[in-house]
Amino acid sequence: MRIFDPHIHMTSRTTDDYEAMHAAGVRAIVEPAFWLGQPRTSPASFHDYFDSLLGWEPFRAAQYGITHHCTLALNPKEANDPRCAPVLDDLPRYLVKDQVVAVGEIGYDSMTPAEDTALEHQLQLAADHDLPALVHTPHRDKLAGLRRTLDAVAASALPAERVLLDHLNETTVEEAKDSGAWLGFSVYPDTKMDERRMVAVLREFGPEKVLVNSAADWGKSDPLKTRKVADAMLAAGFDEDDVDLVLWRNPVAFYSLSGRLRLTAPATGPTHEGNSILRGAPATGTAAHPVAAGA
Amino acid sequence: MTAVHAGPDTGQGGAARPETLAAGLDEDARRWLEQARAEAAAQAPGWEPRFAEAGRRCGPADDARVLLLTAARPDPADLTRLYRQGTAAERRAVLLALPLLETDPAHGVPLVEDALRTNDTSLLAAALGDYAARHLQAHTWRHAVLKCLFTGVPVSRVAGLASRSRGDGELARMLRAYAAERTAAGRAVPDDLHHVLALTEEER
Ligand SMILES: [Zn+2]
Repeated sequence: MRIFDPHIHMTSRTTDDYEAMHAAGVRAIVEPAFWLGQPRTSPASFHDYFDSLLGWEPFRAAQYGITHHCTLALNPKEANDPRCAPVLDDLPRYLVKDQVVAVGEIGYDSMTPAEDTALEHQLQLAADHDLPALVHTPHRDKLAGLRRTLDAVAASALPAERVLLDHLNETTVEEAKDSGAWLGFSVYPDTKMDERRMVAVLREFGPEKVLVNSAADWGKSDPLKTRKVADAMLAAGFDEDDVDLVLWRNPVAFYSLSGRLRLTAPATGPTHEGNSILRGAPATGTAAHPVAAGA
Repeated sequence: MTAVHAGPDTGQGGAARPETLAAGLDEDARRWLEQARAEAAAQAPGWEPRFAEAGRRCGPADDARVLLLTAARPDPADLTRLYRQGTAAERRAVLLALPLLETDPAHGVPLVEDALRTNDTSLLAAALGDYAARHLQAHTWRHAVLKCLFTGVPVSRVAGLASRSRGDGELARMLRAYAAERTAAGRAVPDDLHHVLALTEEER
């Protein structure tokens, strides 16, 4: 089973997680830029974070046979802090980088005017850079938040078909689906969705354009939730092809809208002997984990 | 729809001739590179984004990026900025270009030293080319060799290894101490350590 986790904050996770994820079948991940728990106080703090998502974290992931891409943005929560908002001016130089496969996470947290401005601005940045957008839907007042998000997308230069609406649930999935956007579900212990409810949503709305992620971060979360959903789908009578569509081909198709998704293994073949080490794969054992592009 | 490339970045670029490089690219990539190189040579404002996007246009991109740098010949301040604002892959290209650009050590050595502080083995390897062999101070260079042994970068990637190691008693002392530490911990001593130690014992 091959798994693509389209939303996970590996910066907050350990190497044990990488190992367990690889063992569970995870071969590719996307790490969206988000809030660190501790508020940032300047754009420089974002620069170091973005650099880490473009440097150290892909290196760490490669050591465990996992391909790492990222999405970059000013997150909704910190869009409200005037000390952080100037990072919007620096985003263009980051959005040209090879491993950036979307603008994100953007969207609403408390639905403030500052969040309106940041969302509008960053939807435009996505359109300008030929990137899709990963849009977080708020945890509080969710349905109103989804509607306001859909209005912002409709008013932007970015077509809904290039938007992934994330953290959806039973109350928001129908309107999100009607918009033509891609549908993201975060499966998280205690909050957000769980495996059982996820399977029910897949039964009712089908697997087309549905992406499932663990959204694992520094909170109580589980980086293996993608695999647990796959197992729950199989137990509920979905077949292997449905599982592959939701856990691999859909995320590949969405992030391929960027034209930048590269699912080649960190190292292949004997002609690059030594190179696997240089690119971060383990020195012994299964150094290369070739990942076939599925769509 | 996924951009699948012919192979991984080699992390071993640096001196590929444009013709050799172009021969390995498909038609679109070749045309893109030709155009980007012309923009770089003219120092056109759009050349820096080309440097950033080289990986998705004509990966494996180390050689392509080095080619753009040697065409643009950025001044030391711009080169430093390209390194500091670069992804790991872009930083690698700057490091590989240093000897070709004959960058003044006052500007180039701090970039090499920055890369040597990282734990990204592809950056370490790129930092230890001819430029480091020529310009790094003895203390820094010895620690770089030791760091290769720690992180698994093959010492075959260290330029000028034999000539700089020869008769280096201090490097020999550091290697023996590391070997003793490994042995005391019940761990294997890497073959590369014995190799470098033998080099230090050759007469200068
Ligand atoms: Zn998130």
